[in-house]
Amino acid sequence: METDQLIRTLAADSSRPARPVSLVLALALLAAMPVSMAMLFAGLGVRPDVMAAMHNPFFDLKFAVTLALAISAVGVALHLSRPEASLRGWAWLLLIPAGLLVGGIASEMMLPQNLPMMTRLIGSNSRVCLTAVPLMSMPLLAAALIGLRHGAPTRPAVSGAIAGLLSAGLAATLYASHCTDDSPLFVATWYTIATALVAAIGAAIGARVLRF
Amino acid sequence: MRERGDEWTVLMRSAISGDSAAYHRLLKAVTPVLRAAAQRGLARAGQPVDQSEDIVQEVLLAVHLKRHTWDVNAPFAPWLFAIARNKLIDWLRRRGQRVFVNIDDFADSLPGDPAPEIPAASEVAVQLQSLPARQREVLQSIAVDSSSIKETAAKFAMSEGAVRVALHRGLASLTTKLRDA
Repeated sequence: METDQLIRTLAADSSRPARPVSLVLALALLAAMPVSMAMLFAGLGVRPDVMAAMHNPFFDLKFAVTLALAISAVGVALHLSRPEASLRGWAWLLLIPAGLLVGGIASEMMLPQNLPMMTRLIGSNSRVCLTAVPLMSMPLLAAALIGLRHGAPTRPAVSGAIAGLLSAGLAATLYASHCTDDSPLFVATWYTIATALVAAIGAAIGARVLRF
Repeated sequence: MRERGDEWTVLMRSAISGDSAAYHRLLKAVTPVLRAAAQRGLARAGQPVDQSEDIVQEVLLAVHLKRHTWDVNAPFAPWLFAIARNKLIDWLRRRGQRVFVNIDDFADSLPGDPAPEIPAASEVAVQLQSLPARQREVLQSIAVDSSSIKETAAKFAMSEGAVRVALHRGLASLTTKLRDA
């Protein structure tokens, strides 16, 4: 086919431009969220003292950190779905959750504690955290990749890793309601390892499926 | 060069809001620049430059199917060249080349020295044969036989809406097949 013929054909395709990536991503995540929530309720459940825990600022901080990660990753992922975009000027968004966590660790250090530092760091639930967060991430990761496939990311592995951060952030938000380890040291260690794992899976899959 | 970029941006804005004549004009205008850039990139990678037309066609298809990722308030040229660079890199990788394309190949400050003659493209024609019959017939009718949507509808006893759908789906699956070829 000659290029002139192709151009004429493209101009004849008067279908409207596709929906914005943000809308497709939002719909996909909305569809996947109930699946991950069902996994939480079926497999783990919310911790029994959740009403009392809400008065503990370190319990609340977990949600602030994980939601900040999810929201900033959504912003970066949508930005990277445009082909001419680069990470420059955007990557710092991902430092927001890290900054919150560092602030949390610093405040915990300044408060008197019953338990020694290593005990707080190791916690009681680390193995569950390392399994549950990646598992609950999977439906969300699939949704994020479907949403981003709709865009035109020129660095598919990077976009896939960001999709991993996004889905791990949301899954960790769910998991935080089950987890009885509230120390920011625990979050900084185990949540981070779980998130890194999901980001690596996202990068590996993204490198294949996010090419356009 | 700045003026040319502005003109493209204006045309693309009209195209996005449904002006197919502006769209046609825009695609015609960018093609020689894409061709020159693809040839520069191929030459730099030590590949035969007569393959450039396959890359140009892949870029045009990607521009078409991904135009919703262009921000109408942003200049058009950087978006276009980002897609073109991506398609060239992809094309070279598929052929086992581990190449880093020089960004200057697609800088819009370079004059688009027009190629003396347009090399032939083959990949679209090959992949066209593997499309479902309906999509292939509609694409061929419009692209090769230069029929309108109306004439194509009459020829295959389809509604115009069905022709439009087959055309759009055909272009989308063509793009997927080229990418995974």
